[in-house]
Amino acid sequence: MHEDETAGQGTADPSNGTLASDNAAEPRTERVTRRGLIAAVAATAGGAILARLPAEAQSPGGRAAPGVPPTQAPSPPPPAGAFDLASVPADPTRAPGPPTSTLGARSPFETPARAPVGVISGSSYTPLHELSGTVTPSDLVFERHHAGVALIDPAKYELLIHGLVERPTVFTLDDLRRLPNVSRTCFLECSGNGRGAFKTPKREMSPQAIDGLTSNGEWTGVPLAVLVQEVGVRRGASWFRAEGGDASRLSRSVPVEKGLDDAMIAVAFNGEPLRPANGYPARLLLPGYEGNANIKWLRRIELADSPGMFRDETSKYTDPLANGTARQFSLVMDAKSIITAPAHPARLTPNVWTQITGIAWTGRGKIERVDVSTDGGASWVVADLQEPVMSLAHTRFRLPWKWDGKRTVLMSRAVDETGAVQPTLAEFRAKRGAGTDYHFSYIRAWIVEPDGAVFFGTDV
Amino acid sequence: MSAARTRWLAGLVVSALLAGCDRGPLADRATRTQHAVGAGRLPSNVHAAPAVPVRFGVGHGATAAEIAAWDVDVTPDGHGLPPGSGTPTQGAGVFAAKCAACHGPAGEGQVGPPPAGVPAAPKLVGRDPRDGFPFGQDPKLVKTVGNYWPYATTVFDYVRRAMPVTAPGSLTNNEVYAVVAFLLAQNEIIDKNAMLDSATLVAVKMPARDKFVADDRKGGATFR
Repeated sequence: MHEDETAGQGTADPSNGTLASDNAAEPRTERVTRRGLIAAVAATAGGAILARLPAEAQSPGGRAAPGVPPTQAPSPPPPAGAFDLASVPADPTRAPGPPTSTLGARSPFETPARAPVGVISGSSYTPLHELSGTVTPSDLVFERHHAGVALIDPAKYELLIHGLVERPTVFTLDDLRRLPNVSRTCFLECSGNGRGAFKTPKREMSPQAIDGLTSNGEWTGVPLAVLVQEVGVRRGASWFRAEGGDASRLSRSVPVEKGLDDAMIAVAFNGEPLRPANGYPARLLLPGYEGNANIKWLRRIELADSPGMFRDETSKYTDPLANGTARQFSLVMDAKSIITAPAHPARLTPNVWTQITGIAWTGRGKIERVDVSTDGGASWVVADLQEPVMSLAHTRFRLPWKWDGKRTVLMSRAVDETGAVQPTLAEFRAKRGAGTDYHFSYIRAWIVEPDGAVFFGTDV
Repeated sequence: MSAARTRWLAGLVVSALLAGCDRGPLADRATRTQHAVGAGRLPSNVHAAPAVPVRFGVGHGATAAEIAAWDVDVTPDGHGLPPGSGTPTQGAGVFAAKCAACHGPAGEGQVGPPPAGVPAAPKLVGRDPRDGFPFGQDPKLVKTVGNYWPYATTVFDYVRRAMPVTAPGSLTNNEVYAVVAFLLAQNEIIDKNAMLDSATLVAVKMPARDKFVADDRKGGATFR
């Protein structure tokens, strides 16, 4: 019971360079600012780039023509692409740039980063306010571990399915890849997302600090229903218990109908094998369900007639309610949204057009509508949704807006296809209680001050 | 889960097995192609994909030994509880040696600095509030084994699989029984002289046992 519930408790706030958590070990204290980067570049003389090119790239004939694959393997292989500010010329039209490389790197002007709490049983937060569209880059997908990152040799990976089945079976990773694989885009959100904003709100919280424990992208893997056909389910199987191969052997129970519906044993994300922090080489994916149940490093599934009542579905990941009970197996994520721009630490300019934009999602299908208020919830405007709106996926919304320079409050309110409406903070508190612990789905607010500074609305 | 629901699920699985792939998880693949063939939209030498088998026969049969090596689940019905036993007194010794450095000598929570990279260890012992279950109303309440955990079997399961955090899986079954006995006694749930084994552990009723309710959220306009 060493592991405390750090998800959402650590209020990572990269915007002001601090990271406060009961469990924070090593706060990340420095962020490279864009302004600082630009200043550094301005001080750099152009032409430095050529000095950094590999010799063979500078000499004609040293490399195959562009677009033509080399007939022999070059040696040594070029380094992974990494661009530094010192190499940015004053005028990139006056000298050739760096050659091709093995791995793509970001522009040195763009430095998005997760905000890690920095302990083995903790989280790192996706920088939502630095992302566009709906797909989370793989290296920015949030983390939530319960005993660190399990590092697994794919050659040794095995998935055991047993219990109420006809044929208890062990699948290798190769087995999983040989079976029919399908792809789908969906979000994955920790149900502790928003805890810091709810329990210890601060005006200086960014979207990353508030709701950075959600990510979205394309998952590929074997439908669990395919594996169920391989093993043959016996009568009476109503739950399946999934266990991870990490040092906490994290375990959760899931109703078997979810397993037969859209559950997947995912082996890839955004076109490449899963990253270790997100479950390499294979994890359970339960679209629309709370992240914790999507067991990473999945090694065992047991079909059973009851839930296991594991630590993370009893003492954790249950929702104490205002009525003196605690909700259990609250697996489906509620309808939710957050404006990611303008948001702290942005600063607005008055009387010019800007765009209010953010993401909305629900564990119950598609987002039907997102309303945006620019007057603290007194009135609402229907925002544009980016098509195609995908079920159980982040949905981008946007609204052109001209700020008049007066103090105001921005809000977004998601409505999903079941008619569920994102509640106000007051409605949320009344139903769930001030002491509730998960599924913090209430409306997020941003206060725009007269000087253009934007702050999280901590009690709006 | 109701008997009717279970029967329905079993029926669903069986019907999928009997009907083959056209009703199984890959149904849309076959249906869409056959639709195109039927509509005459494909050239004459392009055919619908042949039916895939209900079973691909992938994977190897798991042996009882393989299952036993990995299946450490302990559930409220006592499934998985191993032979062995322990008392609170024995558990006090194990706890002092292997748990107290983080959880405190009496299970009161992190006392000294935790090991590098390890978060502060939570409080394990405490029965307050004795009346009601006001965790949803009062954000200051601290959940413990004594006031919040609904099943004693979960304590055994979790300690055995995940504790101590720096050496999970290192406790013997007797040590796990003893630590669980110590924690339950510290929480005034079992007697200081009690002995825990597979029979007595299952019989323990935790104070919070009846406080948990099923998820009643269903979407729609009513926020729950």
